[in-house]
Amino acid sequence: MEKRKLRVMVAKPGLDGHDRGARVIARAFRDAGFEVIYTGLHQTPEEIVKAAIQEDVDLIGLSSLAGAHRYHFPKVVELLRENNADDIVVIGGGIIPDEDVPRLKEAGIKEIFTPGAPLQDIIDWIRKNINPKR
Amino acid sequence: MSKTFNPKIFEDIEREQERWQMELEKAFAIRAERKKRFTTVSDREIDRIYTPLDIRDQDFLRDIGFPGLYPFTRGVQPSMYRGRLWTMRMFAGLGTAKDTNKRFHLLVKEGQTGLSTAFDMPTLMGYDTDSPKARGECGKCGVAIDTLKDMEDLFEGLPIDRITTSMTINPPAPVIWGMYIAMAEKRGIDRKLLGGTIQNDMLKEFIAQKTFMLPPEPSLKLIIDTVEFGTKEVPKWNTISISGYHIREAGSTAVQELAFTISDGITYVQAAIERGLNVDDFAPRLSFFFNSHMDFFEEIAKFRAARRMWAKIMKERFKAKNPRSWWLRFHTQTAGCSLTAQQPYNNIVRTTIEGLAAVLGGTQSLHTNSLDEVLALPTEEAATIALRTQQIIAEESGVANAIDPLGGSYFVEALTNKMEEEAFEIIEKIENMGGMLTAIEKHYPQMEIADSAYRYQKQIEEGERVVVGVNKYVMEEEIPIEILQIDEELERLQIEKTNRIKSERDNKRVRKCLERLEDACMNDENVMEYIIDAVKEYATLQEVCDVFRKVYGEYKDPGIY
Repeated sequence: MEKRKLRVMVAKPGLDGHDRGARVIARAFRDAGFEVIYTGLHQTPEEIVKAAIQEDVDLIGLSSLAGAHRYHFPKVVELLRENNADDIVVIGGGIIPDEDVPRLKEAGIKEIFTPGAPLQDIIDWIRKNINPKR
Repeated sequence: MSKTFNPKIFEDIEREQERWQMELEKAFAIRAERKKRFTTVSDREIDRIYTPLDIRDQDFLRDIGFPGLYPFTRGVQPSMYRGRLWTMRMFAGLGTAKDTNKRFHLLVKEGQTGLSTAFDMPTLMGYDTDSPKARGECGKCGVAIDTLKDMEDLFEGLPIDRITTSMTINPPAPVIWGMYIAMAEKRGIDRKLLGGTIQNDMLKEFIAQKTFMLPPEPSLKLIIDTVEFGTKEVPKWNTISISGYHIREAGSTAVQELAFTISDGITYVQAAIERGLNVDDFAPRLSFFFNSHMDFFEEIAKFRAARRMWAKIMKERFKAKNPRSWWLRFHTQTAGCSLTAQQPYNNIVRTTIEGLAAVLGGTQSLHTNSLDEVLALPTEEAATIALRTQQIIAEESGVANAIDPLGGSYFVEALTNKMEEEAFEIIEKIENMGGMLTAIEKHYPQMEIADSAYRYQKQIEEGERVVVGVNKYVMEEEIPIEILQIDEELERLQIEKTNRIKSERDNKRVRKCLERLEDACMNDENVMEYIIDAVKEYATLQEVCDVFRKVYGEYKDPGIY
C-alpha cells in the first residue's frame, strides 16, 4: 500500500491576526509534499482541536505573534489529551521568548521554532519526527 | 521635450556613457560583477548608474517643483523641517491603562512630541477582557481598554489639549474614539480642540492586518460615520489613517504598498462623497501611514511618489479645490518585519537607516522600532534608545537642514517616476475589477501579498537575499537581552476592575443607551453621538461592539494561503 502523505494543520489560535508566517509555512509545507489544512485566523483552542481530529492530521503547527502563546499552546495539548487524540504532535512558532520555551515543552509542545528559523529546518524536523498514521 | 535639460546635452551624455561602458567591460574582465542581479528589498532590479537620460522627459516645475506647492513631490508644507521637525511619536501600550500611562509619561519626559497608543488584541477586536475569546491575551501586545475608566487612567496627567494622540484601532475605532472624546469632555476639554488620529482603516485590515469584526460594507459605513462626525464635531482630528504599513509587514513589495494604500484612499473618498459630504470638507483630515523598510532609496522614492499621486488624484479625479485636500500627510513606522531575533542590537542600525529614509522622504511623524520588538513589547531602555535614534537624526545628522535634499538625484527621480507608474497600473487594475471592495472579495490584494511574501522568504532561504545574522555572519553563541514580560495576573485584576464598574454604574441607563444605538444602526443614522452617550454611562467596549455584531453580522477569515 502506498504510504499516506503527512497531514499537517497550520493553526492560528486566539485573536492575533499576524498570518504572514503561517501562510508562508502553509505554502512551504504544501511544496514539500504535505497535505496542508490551514485553519484561518481567530480560532479558539477548542475549534483547532475539533478540526484536527476531524481532519485526522498527524501534526498541528501553531503560530502566535502577539504574546498569548503561553495560554493557547498548552491549552491545545491539554484538549488533545482530553479527547484521546494526543497522538497528534503539536509544534509551535512565532514570537516566543527563549525563556518561555522550556515551559511550553514541559506542557507537551514538541518543538518551538522562533524568528529566523529556516523553512527547510522545520520541514526536515517534521520528516524526521513524524510518521504518517497507518 | 525636456524642460529640465537642454536636449542638446543628451547626445554628449550618450557618447560619454558609451565610453564608460567600454571602461566598464575592461573592469569586469578583471573582476566580474559581484552579483547577477542587484535588487531592492522588493526584488526590483536596479541599473548600474543613473543619468539625465533616465529622466529626460522630466519637467522640473511639473514633476518636482517646490515643497508646499502642487504636486508636492518635495513635501506638503512649504517650510518642511525648517519650520518644525516631524512629530516624534512612539507607539506604546502594555498591560493595564496605568502601566501604559507610566510609559507615556516617560516618553514625554524624554522628549517625544506626540502620543501613540497600542491596544491589546481583545481591545483591537472589540472584546472585553472577560470574554472567553480573550483568554490569555490581556495586555500582551498593548493596553487593555474595557471601559471609559480605563481611558481615563490611560491619559491621566497628560496634556491632551496640547499634545496630539494617535490610536491604532480599527474595527472598534468609533467606540475607542468615543471614549477618548468622552474622557476629554469629562476633563472639561472641548471636543473641537482635540487633535489626533484614529487608524480606522478597515480595508487594509481585510487585506493585511486581519483584525476584523463586521463585513466590509458595514465596516465602511461606520468609518464614514466617523468622517462625517469628525468634519462637524472634531475638526482637528484625522479620522482615517490610510495605512500601507501593515500591507508591507504582511509581505508586499513597496509598489504594492503604494498602490493598495492609495486604492483604499480612493474608496474612502468615494464613499464619503456618496454620503453627501463635500470633498474639501473632509479630505484635509485624511492622513496616511507608511512603512519604512530597509531599501533606502526605494523607500524615499515611494514617499515622494505617494505625495505626487495623491495630489493628482484629489485634484484631477475628485476635483478638490482646497490645496489641503491635495496633501498626503503621513506617519511612518520603521519596518518591524526587517528586525531580527538574532543579534538584536543590529536592529538599532536597521531602524536608523529606515528612520533616515522616512525623514528624507518627508514624513510628518515617525515611530522608530525598539531593538527588542521582534521578541516582545519594548523595555523602557529599548524604547528610549529608539526615541534617541530619531533625536540624533533630527539634531545631529544635518539631514533636516535642506528640504528634500535628494530631489533632483537622477536615481531617486527615476525611481519615483517608475514607482508611480507601476502603482497607477495596479490601481487601474483594481478599478477595472470594480474597486477595492470587489478586489478584496476576490482576494486579489491578499494573494498578491502572499505571493510576494513567499518569494521573499524563498530568496532568504536560498541565500539570494542576505539578512545579517540570520543567513550570513551567523553567530553560534548569542548573548540574550533582557525582555519585558507581561504578568499573567493582570488579566484577573482587569476583569475585577471592569466587574466593579459594571456593578457601580446605572445599568438601566446603559441598556437604554445601547438600545438607542441599536435603533440608530437599524435606521442607518450616524452612530457617533449614541456611542459617546453609551460609553459615558460606562458601557463596555464589547457591549457596544456586540450591538454592531448583532445588527451587521460578523466577518470570518476565509483562511486562504
